[in-house]
Amino acid sequence: MVDPANTVGIPVNPTPLLTDVLDIVIPTIRNLDFLEMWRPFLQPYHLIIVQDGDPSKTIAVPEGFDYELYNRNDINRILGPKASCISFKDSACRCFGYMVSKKKYIFTIDDDCFVAKDPSGKAVNALEQHIKNLLCPSTPLFFNTLYDPYREGADFVRGYPFSMREGVSTAVSHGLWLNIPDYDAPTQLVKPKERNTRYVDAVMTIPKGTLFPMCGMNLAFDRELIGPAMYFGLMGDGQPIGRYDDMWAGWCIKVICDHLGLGVKTGLPYIYHSKASNPFVNLKKEYKGIFWQEDIIPFFQNVKLSKEAVTVQQCYIELSKMVKEKLSSIDPYFDKLADAMVTWIEAWDELNPATKA
Amino acid sequence: MSVAEINKNEVDIVIGALNADLTQFLSSWRTFFSGFHLIVVKDPELKEELNIPEGFDVDVYTKTDMEKVLGSTNSTMFSGYSCRYFGYLVSKKKYIVSIDDDCVPAKDPQGFLVDAVSQHVINLETPATPLFFNTLYDPYCEGADFVRGYPFSLRSGVPCAASCGLWLNLADLDAPTQALKTEQRNTSYVDAVMTVPAKAMLPISGINIAFNRELVGPALVPALRLAGEGKVRWETLEDVWCGMCLKHISDHLGYGVKTGKPYVWRNERGDAVESLRKKWEGMKLMEKSVPFFESLKLPESALKVEDCVIELAKAVKEQLGSDDPAFTQAADAMVKWIQLWNSVNSSG
Repeated sequence: MVDPANTVGIPVNPTPLLTDVLDIVIPTIRNLDFLEMWRPFLQPYHLIIVQDGDPSKTIAVPEGFDYELYNRNDINRILGPKASCISFKDSACRCFGYMVSKKKYIFTIDDDCFVAKDPSGKAVNALEQHIKNLLCPSTPLFFNTLYDPYREGADFVRGYPFSMREGVSTAVSHGLWLNIPDYDAPTQLVKPKERNTRYVDAVMTIPKGTLFPMCGMNLAFDRELIGPAMYFGLMGDGQPIGRYDDMWAGWCIKVICDHLGLGVKTGLPYIYHSKASNPFVNLKKEYKGIFWQEDIIPFFQNVKLSKEAVTVQQCYIELSKMVKEKLSSIDPYFDKLADAMVTWIEAWDELNPATKA
Repeated sequence: MSVAEINKNEVDIVIGALNADLTQFLSSWRTFFSGFHLIVVKDPELKEELNIPEGFDVDVYTKTDMEKVLGSTNSTMFSGYSCRYFGYLVSKKKYIVSIDDDCVPAKDPQGFLVDAVSQHVINLETPATPLFFNTLYDPYCEGADFVRGYPFSLRSGVPCAASCGLWLNLADLDAPTQALKTEQRNTSYVDAVMTVPAKAMLPISGINIAFNRELVGPALVPALRLAGEGKVRWETLEDVWCGMCLKHISDHLGYGVKTGKPYVWRNERGDAVESLRKKWEGMKLMEKSVPFFESLKLPESALKVEDCVIELAKAVKEQLGSDDPAFTQAADAMVKWIQLWNSVNSSG
């Protein structure tokens, strides 16, 4: 068994990195009590809280945090008809936070994620590790068997081509979870007691051409490099599927990063995932996704974006056309999703005119 | 899968002896080598007699044995670090585990000695997952599984062709890197095994490796020799080239290659700065190899490992032959290797 860190008594980080260029986006429908535990590491940063569910409910934010909060009424007001692309009653709504942010970097975390402990018992400052991951290069073109070559104590191994040792810019840092692992509903039903107690002390780049299941619980990215592709899709209320928001975004960002020569890292940092969601509820949400992903995966594996697609937005629009063309036959949902992808880009560009290439 | 389920009769441990005195090496591994059959292959250029302690089930092969099997013209193919490939050739077992003779068992973070042999065999016996990356690494090990979003149709995995282990203390860095960071030692024990995704290239080190000989034996080719090849790993690239071929062929045939645990403890040997003094052409050869392997497509009709090697050799000769004579020699060696493999293994 593994426990979360006790952060009582840890002073607020006196030398927080990138405080004026990073926003923390947190979707919530309940409360933000968990932030108390993160205070030493997150208080210096600006929060964007996306309140899902009933907008008349008041979400209490712990004292001392600087934040802006958006509920459904705000989303509708700001986006008008384009608000249709933002999910309701699903944490996918968090991507609205990415859109309204004006910062270079985003860190997003779920409200049931506590601070983890490393094997020495020390509290893990997850944000600091994400920042390190984003600030140093990725190596998607050749796998380094000693993992992240830029880490203290590591390097490129014998045989690693010298021409590739500068790496490429890192667009995404995908963190992991101790305690409740991010399993799908069937696995949760079969192994309800399994806990992730293995702390794998590595960060690595996911090779070019390889897809992965991106989890939105503990994620950071360079909004300037990849932001417009971080759309978390149509989930929740009125939609036939749930719990595939981050997956969808992950497949989209990976093919776009591969196309644009950007890197995606996975591994450290760990957070402590405290709550196991109800597997029966999850099964209902995921059910269609389990079948659909068998077609979605080959689709993404075979996507070829054109040479002319040189900005993230261009790549994303191209992708949306391919989704409409190739996936609509699976279910009319994909037709709607493709339209929503376009609406998302339009909304993004409206709110972020300066970031257009 | 557990250590108790390993069938020791299916494994050969192949050791290339570049040092004559194997007492310390074999004694340090005794617990973990016990019950296994060993093949020790002596570097044909090593003059002294081998010193092997009692109590091991071992067959020793020397230059004389090589010449008996191959005729005197071929033993240069197996000199230096490449001597171990002779062991791969004559083995009759399903799995091979091969460790450099300057490595001893490592300790895990709990202080227990790592049974590298068993971990390799477990890696080889459980499926690999090269078609989709699992963010919790090896899904088949205790306490882990496939994560949400991992396609169900890919969860049975594919056969594992090779298990590439790692090294604590002296990591397998190249001479310029180690010379620059003379004091750097690898102290990071990363508790994971993972499959290297299909199409991804990697530098496979021969220092601590295992493979399924029945599945891909002929693909481990002793082919690329540097002109100034020496008796320390900093002065070789044979395993890296072999690994590029192995990975490409595994990808083509739908097998997987794993990396990560087990760790071994690699002792100090040689001098990186000294090795740096030699003109290190390995760098140039790697730079040329990468775009070649990146764009290489083996024909659909190449369905057997041997055919893949022959096709690969043809492509090397055609596309890289004019760049450097080392590549032409490698291509010829690969063809010769398959001839030897077929002749030794059909009469065996």
